[in-house]
Amino acid sequence: MQWNSVGEFFTMGGYGFYVWGSFGVTALALLIEPLLLRKRQNEVANILRRERRADESQKKTD
Amino acid sequence: MENKIIHWFKYGSPQTFYPLAGKMIPWFWALAAIFCIAGLWVGFFVAPTDATQGEAYRIIFIHVPASWMSMFLYIVMAFWAGIGLSLNTRLSSMMASSIAPTGALFAFLSLWTGSLWGKPMWGTWWVWDARLTSELILLFLYLGFMALQAAIDEPRRADKSGAILALVGVVNVPIIYFSVKWWNTLHQGASISMNKAPTMAVTMLWGMLLMALAFWMYSIAVALQRARAIMLEREMHTDWVKYAVE
Amino acid sequence: MKNTAAMNGAGPSEDIGTFGVLAAVVRRDLLLALRRKSEVMTALFFFVIVVSLFPLGIGPEMNLLRIIAPGVLWVAALLATMLSLNRLFAGDQADGTLEQMVLSPAPLGLLVIGKIVAHWLVTGLPLVLIAPVLGLQYDLSGRALAVLILSLLVGTPLLSLIGAIGAALTLGVRGGGVLLSLLTLPLYIPALIFGAGAVEADISGLGASGHLSLLAALLALACFFAPWATTAALRIALE
Repeated sequence: MQWNSVGEFFTMGGYGFYVWGSFGVTALALLIEPLLLRKRQNEVANILRRERRADESQKKTD
Repeated sequence: MENKIIHWFKYGSPQTFYPLAGKMIPWFWALAAIFCIAGLWVGFFVAPTDATQGEAYRIIFIHVPASWMSMFLYIVMAFWAGIGLSLNTRLSSMMASSIAPTGALFAFLSLWTGSLWGKPMWGTWWVWDARLTSELILLFLYLGFMALQAAIDEPRRADKSGAILALVGVVNVPIIYFSVKWWNTLHQGASISMNKAPTMAVTMLWGMLLMALAFWMYSIAVALQRARAIMLEREMHTDWVKYAVE
Repeated sequence: MKNTAAMNGAGPSEDIGTFGVLAAVVRRDLLLALRRKSEVMTALFFFVIVVSLFPLGIGPEMNLLRIIAPGVLWVAALLATMLSLNRLFAGDQADGTLEQMVLSPAPLGLLVIGKIVAHWLVTGLPLVLIAPVLGLQYDLSGRALAVLILSLLVGTPLLSLIGAIGAALTLGVRGGGVLLSLLTLPLYIPALIFGAGAVEADISGLGASGHLSLLAALLALACFFAPWATTAALRIALE
């Protein structure tokens, strides 16, 4: 532990912009990627669910 | 784990791999989180301040693991693409396609963090050193692979063409790296180099290793998730897919 | 390797051998290129124009131009080669010849090598011949021009070989030309580094032999590897 204060931690010895710019963008990217993936999966799932419902109602009317 | 190795070919089809992947994904997310917390802890609270670079050097805990990942994932991607091409297995090709975007993302993050590291250290937002330049070219190789697959409508042709491109790429990566290193040393000596990182305290190495593991676990989790999405999209006409979705 | 079916229409009992097949393919492509001279000349004119553009953009200061000359000439050669790659297989695919090639008993790799040789003769060789003239616009010395010719002589076949892979992969694909560039340019980078580097090394007195040897090594590697990859890509494209 070498940080004398929370403030020191955030300013990173004057390099805060660069350090947090790096960690921040990385964290953002690694959060957005799975979220976009979740969205993609939901879209397919919706199409599939609709088709399944169409199939089942088709079976009922047969 | 033994079951999965013995019944390897059973899991070679999308139908059986889909639920298996679904079960594995949360575990990899958990591992990623654990390694990430450990790595960040070491990176921010254990590793000491560097004498010459101050606190800015801490970017290394993302930059180097991201570079490692981008290169490692390219090789894994080429491996699965090659298996898919030679053994004609759809699932292997789907794995290759799943890995590509994540690999490209890490290549981009490597360049981004490299740039943010270079500015305070060497004064410019971009440095034409061997590693960064090779990383840029690697990003182009990823983008080329993704663009080719996106441009071909027929899935099996996209798989196989992509595989050839990936295999050609993987052979070229060492050639490209060597030629860029050659180019770099001839032109500016070793004056500006990302390799002039601070002399590695053991704690620094640990931090990079832990973050690399975190990125690796993350990559597996995301690649498996993407593979599942691809499976659903490609096999939409089959029965098992319709009932695979709750 | 012996082939009993010849592409130049010889009877089934005639055996024209490996070299015969190769010569037949090269001859056919050269004839086709001669009939469509404009396509061939376009790449050459592109080379000339691009090389002339740089001084217009940068300024006529000879000291500066002498420094950038190797890089500019090589990048222009690269781009000109890339422009011509579309022609390599597209014409044959359109008129059905490509399918015939895949089905013929002659090994497809051999036919592909023939097409690449023809492509180089029509596209690469003219670049090699006109480059020294353009090099004079940049005030390169006689010896530097000689190294430039040599580097392009070794380099342009390399560019044709690597480019063939890209051309085969993108055959008939949406967004063909631009996609081809995106795929091929990263693979061209080592050739660019060693080719332009050879001329620079000569100018700075370090000697071009190292660069030229590496370039030649790449060419040897490509002669072995590229036809295989191109053939595989063609078969996939025509499935």
